[in-house]
Amino acid sequence: MKNVNLKINGIPVSVPEGSTILEAARLAGIEIPTLCYMKDSNEIGACRICVVEATGTRGLVTACVYPVSEGMEVQTNTEKVRNARKTTLELILSTHRKDCLSCLRSTNCELHKLCHDYGVDENKFSGFNPKYKIDESTPYLVRDNTKCILCRRCVAACKEQHVSVIGPTDRGMETSIGPHFRKALLDTPCIACGQCTVVCPTGALVEKDDTDKVWKALSDPTKTVIVQTAPSVRAALGECFGMPIGTNVEGKMVAALRRLGFDKVFDTDFGADLTIVEEAHELLERIKSNSVLPMITSCSPGWVRFAEFYYPDMLNHISTCKSPMQMTGAVIKTYYAEKYGIDPGTIINVAVMPCTAKKFEITRDNMDASGYRDTDIVITTRELSRMIRRAGLMFTNLPDEDFDDPLGQDTGAAAIFGATGGVMEAALRTANDWLSGGEGEPIDFSALRGTAPIKEAQVNLGGKTIKVAVASGAKAAKEVMDKIHSGEADWTFVEIMGCPGGCVNGGGQPIQPQYVRDTTDIKALRAKALYDMDEASTIRKSHLSPVVKTLYEEYYKGSYGCKRAHHDLHTTYVARKKYM
Amino acid sequence: MKKFSNIPFKGTPEQEAQLRDWLRQNRDMQGVAMPALQKAQEIYGYLPIEVQQIVADELDIPMSELYGISTFYAQFSLSPKGEKDISVCLGTACYVKGAGAIMDELSKELGIEADECTPDGKFSLSACRCIGACGLAPVITVNGEVYGRLVPEDIPGIIAKYRD
Amino acid sequence: MKSIEELNALRRASRKLVALRDGITGTETYKYHIMVCGGTGCTSSNSEKLIELLKAEVEAHGMQDIVKVVRTGCFGLCALGRIMIVYPEGVFYSRVEPEHIHEIFEGHIVGGNPVKKYVYSETLDEDGNVKPLTETDFYRKQVRVVLRNCGVIDPESLEEYVARDGYQALAKCLSEYTPAQVVSIVSQSGLRGRGGAGFPTGKKWSFVADGPKKYIVCNADEGDPGAFMDRSVLEGDPHCIIEAMAIAGYAVGADQGYVYVRAEYPIAVHRLRVAIDEARREGLLGRHILGSDFSFDLDIRLGAGAFVCGEETALMTSIEGKRGEPRTRPPFPAVKGLFGCPTAENNVETLANIPQIILRGADWFAEMGTEKSKGTKVFALGGKINHTGLVEIPMGTTLNEIVNEIGGGVPNGKKFKAAQTGGPSGGCIPASLIDTQVDYDNLISIGCMMGSGGLIIMDEDTCMVDMAKFFLEFTVDESCGKCTPCRVGVRRLLEKLDKITEGKGTLEDLDELEYLCNYIKQNSLCGLGQTAPNPVLATLRFFRDEYLAHIVNKKCPAGVCKALLSYTIDKDKCIGCGLCAKNCPAEAIVRTDYTAPGHKLASFEILSEKCVKCGVCMDNCKKIKAISKR
Repeated sequence: MKNVNLKINGIPVSVPEGSTILEAARLAGIEIPTLCYMKDSNEIGACRICVVEATGTRGLVTACVYPVSEGMEVQTNTEKVRNARKTTLELILSTHRKDCLSCLRSTNCELHKLCHDYGVDENKFSGFNPKYKIDESTPYLVRDNTKCILCRRCVAACKEQHVSVIGPTDRGMETSIGPHFRKALLDTPCIACGQCTVVCPTGALVEKDDTDKVWKALSDPTKTVIVQTAPSVRAALGECFGMPIGTNVEGKMVAALRRLGFDKVFDTDFGADLTIVEEAHELLERIKSNSVLPMITSCSPGWVRFAEFYYPDMLNHISTCKSPMQMTGAVIKTYYAEKYGIDPGTIINVAVMPCTAKKFEITRDNMDASGYRDTDIVITTRELSRMIRRAGLMFTNLPDEDFDDPLGQDTGAAAIFGATGGVMEAALRTANDWLSGGEGEPIDFSALRGTAPIKEAQVNLGGKTIKVAVASGAKAAKEVMDKIHSGEADWTFVEIMGCPGGCVNGGGQPIQPQYVRDTTDIKALRAKALYDMDEASTIRKSHLSPVVKTLYEEYYKGSYGCKRAHHDLHTTYVARKKYM
Repeated sequence: MKKFSNIPFKGTPEQEAQLRDWLRQNRDMQGVAMPALQKAQEIYGYLPIEVQQIVADELDIPMSELYGISTFYAQFSLSPKGEKDISVCLGTACYVKGAGAIMDELSKELGIEADECTPDGKFSLSACRCIGACGLAPVITVNGEVYGRLVPEDIPGIIAKYRD
Repeated sequence: MKSIEELNALRRASRKLVALRDGITGTETYKYHIMVCGGTGCTSSNSEKLIELLKAEVEAHGMQDIVKVVRTGCFGLCALGRIMIVYPEGVFYSRVEPEHIHEIFEGHIVGGNPVKKYVYSETLDEDGNVKPLTETDFYRKQVRVVLRNCGVIDPESLEEYVARDGYQALAKCLSEYTPAQVVSIVSQSGLRGRGGAGFPTGKKWSFVADGPKKYIVCNADEGDPGAFMDRSVLEGDPHCIIEAMAIAGYAVGADQGYVYVRAEYPIAVHRLRVAIDEARREGLLGRHILGSDFSFDLDIRLGAGAFVCGEETALMTSIEGKRGEPRTRPPFPAVKGLFGCPTAENNVETLANIPQIILRGADWFAEMGTEKSKGTKVFALGGKINHTGLVEIPMGTTLNEIVNEIGGGVPNGKKFKAAQTGGPSGGCIPASLIDTQVDYDNLISIGCMMGSGGLIIMDEDTCMVDMAKFFLEFTVDESCGKCTPCRVGVRRLLEKLDKITEGKGTLEDLDELEYLCNYIKQNSLCGLGQTAPNPVLATLRFFRDEYLAHIVNKKCPAGVCKALLSYTIDKDKCIGCGLCAKNCPAEAIVRTDYTAPGHKLASFEILSEKCVKCGVCMDNCKKIKAISKR
């Protein structure tokens, strides 16, 4: 491709033809502020914060979408530009409910940062603003239009997920983002993925904060409070404390949880291994009995909710296995409680998840193996980071500690659950061994790794070739489901995750500012931490996990998919109507 | 924000069949959402949630998108119109010649604000952009019938004409 | 029709249909053509009834072979509606009531003598003789290119259009010119976009990029309040737009066009539909037009009430079936427009010039107008002016000629104060600049804008701050809400104006007003936002003293801004009838103990602290005129 030469603030840069001023500036090491811009998915030039002066143009132009041309001279830091940006911010602030001190996004609000940088007068403009009610209808997120700056990043994220339950409504000053007919989010086919909360630059879309519930439980002496953490939390939590993206902080995370006062710190990885043996067993049974195929994974509650709303006729494709979180929760309140003589009614299971949909998942029917809820409280990675701060723990200085026994043991197979393709890979490792009647021929999994939305492979399982597919993000899920529905695909096994890239990129993960998201492949970096853990583990196949083996020996009578296992570890789905 | 009423939906199976037929026939039209909502409004007179759902269903367009369109354009109505729909032109020519006072008078006479419908469903009132009858300014229309060169004192008489 | 020969044959056969109206007699059987205006204005006042009654008269007299009643497009003199012209004399009847029809028919058609009492007074000379409309002040300076067929033909008749050289330009393009030559002719003519910004049309066409699919879009989303020239063209001469779009399609290589029309224009939509159907039936749209390799078809898309859709990118987004929000440019529509394909978008009035330019040549067109603004411009005259209506004049005509000659001056002996052009995007020309020659560049040089051609005349009773506020209210209502400067900035601007008109403004507000205006101009995403502050900036420029009066003296010189008004009773004029006090909704009027010399009853006075400034008292004192507002 041809290159274009231009100057930005006098600095010569050469960039590929078709680049925007913003991209060129980034190459020249100059940051131009953005608010509405998201590379590829929201290039709408609406907020006007990225204005610059450029030769050959009239007035100011938006750097985020304006293409460079040969010989162009761009000025990003003139008085005119600074004043324009400042006024834009002041106008935005005149519509923004400024409860900045108590806002969940207080320390990582993109608007706040810019206002600080530009020295705005926050009360320069004031006047009429429409009134909005805060939407707290769902168990997983809170929508507050009084803080919305109408950048529409959430709309783009929701559209990327092929869900589009929120969009711009009305017009002019009364434009707002929301569901149809001003419905509560609960009354929409929202899949709870939380991707909107990750892209929101302000506190208009946040996870529903459940940390107070956790604090309350922790201070209740009559309760045994047990925490479990999902694989991908440890690959991202460090970001909340300034550590590089993709740092594995498993040890410090465990130390922090212990210091927060949890009675036991368990690992969802245990549940992941358990899921694999139950799911691999289910798959082989389905193949044997010529039952409904392809079988589709069920770990991701966002995906499950998507299927229930958008493919209600195809729910029999979904594995009946509970997710690793719910399996862990169920085992804690049944096997573990029994073994250690704890009344399950006094146990509070807390799960730290990269996910907002998990907050919904724990409210589902048939999630109470012990007669009590399998998991009681879900907090996201972000909420955990706030608890760590509130407890005054200096996270980066904590020692590395290990999970508690017995549900703290894991395999490399479980670790990679957090990345798209991980569940598939883990399941195939186990199924291959089983079908081979011992250690199977190693499988080349390279086609199933990486962050592509859809990946396909043919694998040889103990002499039998099957086709598999992996999809992440609901848009990819739709594509895969449509192919299954039309009969175009003949996969045997499909992994689907609700969020693009899988759990590492879940809706509950730490928020990186948009310019980082635009320029860094966050999902790949976080996933790499998980694959590194897998590489480093001694046991890399779920069915070889000692604790899983013990569980089946002691509790499930040595049999996968037995009646008791089925009762405790499997669940059901409901066809949901998109609109009431 | 666009007002929508809680008056129960009274659509008939015939109306639904007519709309679904149109939607099925025109499903592949480029940019079909707007014409579809226009057709729906033509059939039902307004676009309540029940009607938008039919459109969403047939065209596989998210409800949020349809609602976004229906609240963007002034002509889409989410509330049923009164039996007599009174529209006041607030174009420049009419404004200059006192359309504001005409609107006030109507509002007073009917006891409703713009974009509202009287409780008995008899009258609805709205403002509209220039209808092009500038030579007759200021003008109102009652169910499309034009009254021009008005002064506020004309209003009670016009309303009375439609009361029974 | 499969060939140009067939088109020419139809033209020859149809000539006699319209010859009488061009002053040629003896070629057809009808002795009289009665043309009744069927434009929106006259239809609004039920001109259909006239047609009905006329047809009944014809029937009753058995004159079906002698009299032809034709429903035409707008004649332009909307204020005189219902309008009717009778040929061969060209007698112009105005404000015709249904009750007049019988008398006019008996007198004029049966008796042969025009019924002068219903004839428009300005078409009668001192001796009471009827003169042609073209010799009135209103018409004399007009040059009808765009409106050449409006009021002359039956817009629903393809034959009548063809009779007046319709589709000849298309035939000429297909048979004599390459697409590049067509573009070059349009470029040479100097035609500029009539939608507002005045971008050269030929240039716009030449920018249309290569691609497998291209579109022509006709912007008929005429939204400026008070502007209705596009509607009149569509209502009066719809085939002209179809022909022009086909020519544009040929020139840029597009085979599909869309006309985006405001839904508020039902008559225009209907006539356009009829015309498209007929053109399709006659092979003037569709595959292999007139036997050539060129194919082109048209669809109509209706707007739904969003002013911003007049902006070209918003219009395309709307045709795509979405919220009509504008998109950033570049990419320009010529490169990536409708449905992502190269698109040429032109407004109705621009297109209406095209066939004539092709037929009569670029030079003919370029001779009209000024150096950089060629041809004519149609204006919709409105507001405080005697001849409300539509006029087409050569570019460069002075405002003075428009207001005082063509427009017949300001009514009621009031003083001309300013002319507002360009609607909510435009500015105003003050009385001091009344000799300005109206063209694109002159208007821009005085901080004004041609806009689509609404020309609102204001007299001394208009408060310019209030006027600016009116337009800002419009823009606030019509802002799409996408970009911050327009969505929030214009609203805050309006709030500052509110403050000023309420007498709460400060001199700092005036500075901030100006700062914000310039900020919005430079930072908004689309033309709507970029031009939204124009009415404020223009009034600040020419009528700053009025702003200062509101701010410093807390007075509205024109007596419009309610909060700054006070009503007083002239105690010597007051006859003490008490009508004002009786009707005062605020009980703010009380009797004094002063009786003016010569009156029997004591006079009244208004208690300013109770007065709500509704003006009811003044209305009640119309006869005596003892109450005034200041």
